[in-house]
Amino acid sequence: MGLEFNIKDCALIAIATGEKAQNLRELNNSLKIVPAGCLYFHFWGGLLRPDYDDPEFQNDFAIWASRYLRNPKLAEQLSLIDPNAYKNIEELRQEVIEIIEQRLYESEHVPWVRTGQEFHFIRSQIVIFDTGVWIKQPEEFIDKIPNMSLGSIFYHFIDSRRRTAESKNDFSIWLTKEFYEEYAQLVYQLDNIDPYFTTLSELRKNINEAFQKYIDKGA
Amino acid sequence: MESLLEQYAHVVGNDVIDHLRQLAYPLKGMKILHINSTKEGGGVAEILNRLVPLKKELGIDAQWEIITGNRDFYQCTKKMHNALQGNQESISDYLLKTYEETNHENYERLASRLKEADLVFIHDPQPAPLLRFCNDKKGKWIWRCHIDVSHPYRPVWKYIREFIKDYNASIWSLSTFVQPLNHPLYLIPPSIDPLSEKNIDLPEKEISDFLQTWNIKKDIPIITQVSRFDRFKDPIGVIQCYRLVKNYVPVQLVLAGGGASDDPEGQQVLDEVRAFAGDDPDIHILELPPDAHRTINALQRASDIIIQKSIKEGFGLTVTEGLWKGKPVIGGDTGGIRLQVMNHHCGFRVNSPEGAALRIRYLLRHPDIMEAMGKNAHTFVLENFLITRHLREYLTLIVALLYGSEETIELTLPVHE
Repeated sequence: MGLEFNIKDCALIAIATGEKAQNLRELNNSLKIVPAGCLYFHFWGGLLRPDYDDPEFQNDFAIWASRYLRNPKLAEQLSLIDPNAYKNIEELRQEVIEIIEQRLYESEHVPWVRTGQEFHFIRSQIVIFDTGVWIKQPEEFIDKIPNMSLGSIFYHFIDSRRRTAESKNDFSIWLTKEFYEEYAQLVYQLDNIDPYFTTLSELRKNINEAFQKYIDKGA
Repeated sequence: MESLLEQYAHVVGNDVIDHLRQLAYPLKGMKILHINSTKEGGGVAEILNRLVPLKKELGIDAQWEIITGNRDFYQCTKKMHNALQGNQESISDYLLKTYEETNHENYERLASRLKEADLVFIHDPQPAPLLRFCNDKKGKWIWRCHIDVSHPYRPVWKYIREFIKDYNASIWSLSTFVQPLNHPLYLIPPSIDPLSEKNIDLPEKEISDFLQTWNIKKDIPIITQVSRFDRFKDPIGVIQCYRLVKNYVPVQLVLAGGGASDDPEGQQVLDEVRAFAGDDPDIHILELPPDAHRTINALQRASDIIIQKSIKEGFGLTVTEGLWKGKPVIGGDTGGIRLQVMNHHCGFRVNSPEGAALRIRYLLRHPDIMEAMGKNAHTFVLENFLITRHLREYLTLIVALLYGSEETIELTLPVHE
């Protein structure tokens, strides 16, 4: 018997850095110096806090470019950045900077916003705790996933990508490590759930469906 | 009888409540003291009224105390409040002396509890100097700012900052409100309580009885602003907006205001509003006592559209209350309202009486859109602005403050109930 899967939970709290930008050049300059946690918060934090603006755009930089800079092209380019596609936060940071620098190069003037509409850089602290629930067999997830908190979903499906060498969700990593090829099809299904264009409740539903379908099929 | 947490589970789901229990587990038995300046009236008192019992139920030894003062003290703190929101208020040395002396007197009264608390939450500027008098504090002190300090009147902010800078952390409702300080600046938007008298479901009869009592007609659309009579809430602008709508559509306006015991300016603004409203029978000005929660609930439920045309707003709880009751909200495009009203999704944000009038006419002309927005509004509050989310963030902050400053804090202790 290998290692059991320990369900953890997490809660996020936002912290203002005091760093802000009133135009695109300032945004670019700040992006080079803000803590990596700011990138994490502005790309992923939206899932764990009120989603109060422009659901069509997927990260805070794109929302600001659209709503305040009124620069739809930049907003679209920033929105298409998939944070999963980068090995680490520094690579993600570099991609954001490159897109903004290209836009600055193309612009005749530096796009700016009115006072009160600045971009505020925020970082976060995440508290992780052990729920005391352990899973021995994948089948046990069927009962557990619908009752998992959104914090647990965030931790095991989103946060895992920056935490693990494989940059994948914890479920897939555990299934592969403990059961080798036995659950390869389920791992494939889980890996194909796009965590970016959705909410945590939707993700919970998708993960549960993947387990349910696989186990039903097996039965 | 069901516990408070069980009652909340019916609204938000068991997973949310389990999450709270687990997060609170390492904090069991901890002494947490909240201090503000009023037990009733105003959003801070309303939030504390429920947050404190909830923390207790989670095993935390949470207490709530108020500081008290004379008329001069409240006059000073009202001026501070206005100055922090941007008004150029000069505050005399005499009033500032009263402010500091009053805090000292209150400190003497509360000293033993302040010293022994593991965590002290000081709400808003009124009790801010208490920390200065507490030389042998045991716990951490956090200043909770409920107001919009994005563009304060600098001389007053500089004065207050001297009291705030020594706190271990501060909490702000929005990143745009934050002033730079050398301690962690946490962001926690406020919330409403779905089980309070102000927000629970009401029988239809109670709502129609309310309308009858106040001579408000059932068959003419009702636009309502609930807030204290304060210039930052722009009640005159709301009447101007109502008149612009009334040129096209029959409509009634209700301005309902409860006074807070720490607001000496309210009566003056109320007199101005009455004078401006004149004898229009379709303008109803309701002066309500601070505990008229059920009346406000009935009023919001009876209304077709909620308006909160503030020109400065920390976080208008009445906005969230309106959304929770499935009403579209027309809100001033300022402060916390930007966080609360998702433009075009659950209402509209506006910048003038004309803008508000235009959106009200649009909604009254499209009842289907009004209904859809109302549904969005309720869901939005359910997911983001209920007290359970607020409590979760407080608990997270406390754990973060006690267990380290790293970006990721892993509690090794299993949190079994």
